[in-house]
Amino acid sequence: MSALGAASIVHATTVDDAINDAVSPAANFISGIIFYSVKIGEPGTLAYVEIPLIVVWLIVAAAFFTVYLGFQNIRGFTHALDLVRGKYSDPKDAGEVSHFQALATAVSGTVGLGNIAGVAIAVSLGGPGATFWMILAGFLGMSTKMAECTLGVKYRKEHPDGSVSGGPMYYLRDGLAEIGHRKLGKFLAVFFAICCIGGAIGGGNMFQANQATTQIVNITGGADGVLGEWRFVIGLVFAIAVGAVIIGGIKSIARVTEKVVPFMAVLYVLACLTVIFVNITAVPDAIGQIFVGAFNPEGIAGGIIGVLIQGFRRAAFSNEAGVGSASIAHSAVKTSEPATEGFVSLLEPFIDTIVICTMTSLAIVITGTWADPSIEAGVATTSAAFGTVAPWFPFLLAVAVILFAFSTMISWSYYGMKATGYLFNDSARAEIVFKVVFCVFTVIGASLSLGPVIDFSDSMIFAMSLANITGLYFLARVIKREITQYRAKVKSGEFAMVKD
Amino acid sequence: MSSLLVGVDKSSSSRRAVAFAARLASESGASLRIVHVIPWSPYSFSTPAENEHRSASKQLEIAAADQQIVQPALAVTEEFTVTPTTTIVHGSPAETLVSMAEKLEGAHIIVGRTGDSKFKQVIFGSTPSKLIQISSTPVTVIP
Repeated sequence: MSALGAASIVHATTVDDAINDAVSPAANFISGIIFYSVKIGEPGTLAYVEIPLIVVWLIVAAAFFTVYLGFQNIRGFTHALDLVRGKYSDPKDAGEVSHFQALATAVSGTVGLGNIAGVAIAVSLGGPGATFWMILAGFLGMSTKMAECTLGVKYRKEHPDGSVSGGPMYYLRDGLAEIGHRKLGKFLAVFFAICCIGGAIGGGNMFQANQATTQIVNITGGADGVLGEWRFVIGLVFAIAVGAVIIGGIKSIARVTEKVVPFMAVLYVLACLTVIFVNITAVPDAIGQIFVGAFNPEGIAGGIIGVLIQGFRRAAFSNEAGVGSASIAHSAVKTSEPATEGFVSLLEPFIDTIVICTMTSLAIVITGTWADPSIEAGVATTSAAFGTVAPWFPFLLAVAVILFAFSTMISWSYYGMKATGYLFNDSARAEIVFKVVFCVFTVIGASLSLGPVIDFSDSMIFAMSLANITGLYFLARVIKREITQYRAKVKSGEFAMVKD
Repeated sequence: MSSLLVGVDKSSSSRRAVAFAARLASESGASLRIVHVIPWSPYSFSTPAENEHRSASKQLEIAAADQQIVQPALAVTEEFTVTPTTTIVHGSPAETLVSMAEKLEGAHIIVGRTGDSKFKQVIFGSTPSKLIQISSTPVTVIP
């Protein structure tokens, strides 16, 4: 290697390290607040467990809405499918955003690295049993998602030019004002919008860029390979691609990604199934490990609660139920009944967590890569699981990872932009500043090590749920009324199928 | 009374189809409806930003189709003694024409032979060939 090459590698290392050192303390500080935990037991022993209150907050809300709305996640499932298949769509609405499109857009925003890397982290830290709790959290999360998306449509704003803005900012402000909590509503809406910008930059951007970069580095020879020292350059490429779409308005890139991602998701599930079928004899044992590990884990810090927390935390991060983000995406659909979008949205945690996350987790558990201490927990764990099938399989994963990351970044940049628009009265200048900052953080996210990235990402995304779920509780009656009257209309035939 | 449905796009064969339909209508006294279907599917994929502006885009698409396709088609009918009605809708062209025809009494669909780009025809098949396959009413294709 030439002297020049060696010098630039030294330079590259310092850039990555400098970014890491500068951002880590701030990230740690913020996550310390959001992840305030109740500590149980003696530190240093296996019985010791930290329970982050935020995870309890999310899961209690999900359980509450599941019961309060009368288990619509089970009872409304087939109705949701009928809505997506257009059985209730008025032909006059042809050319508007369909239920299917709203769902597909929201799913490509949530199906990201959380499904591939997040699950690997959960299983690595919590053991196979985390899978069980993750699925349960996904199931309960369907109800929270339903609640927030119903409100998103109900309180959306239609602008004079025909465009629409919706999401927690609007239902927190206007919904709470309606029931006499104007000030609280305004405060929660602003708090949500600020956290949404943070969440967009963290989980919707840095985490995605970070793990996609990790996988690229992985398949090119790891940290000592050709790209090992060049993480920030990979980040730069991502930033340019994202910038081209969100700043440059090059829609064709986004459109191609949006079209490819659903196929990629199917391909990803098929790839996981391949991993599972290649190791088919290990399946019964893996399922045993998941159930035993869920209730009676061995060697996991915090025992059953420790496992449960890992599963719940990563499920929430992956499907974003209670976070409020999907409500922004779903509010664009054309419908006279806000509840229809609620029903459609409950499919989202199902696809994201119960189908895709479970696939990842089975692949990891079956191949045993989660227990390998030489692999950094994250996308590398999943990659190693894929590698057991064929040496080229991790490349397939890399393609999926890059596309998932990219589409999630596009979706979240939009969420962040809407939040910025809410705070700054739809000022075009504020929105462009946000977009530039977003791209800068893509590079930062790619350069950092995983620890600070995931702490910051988690904390901002979960902080959104503080405002969102508070609002959901206040508006619980409104949600229930909306859903009950809708179900009555479906039953009476007032809201009838258009075609069989 | 029979109804003539003429499906139009920007092509020249489409204008010939309009002229043919207009003559037929004026001679037979049938009603004439000029239909343009903007290709659209509820199962396509879109970005959140596109979704936000979808309603507005829909109106723009309809206005553009009216100006660029339907008005020129109406101009073609001026030399005949007919008063056509016009419809612009979103959907799958062939399927939409067929379902409109099924709702009319004695409907007859008339379209030009060449439509969209050659490339799209190779990949997805042309609207006339699909019409012939799925229509339950007579279809006339004008070269």
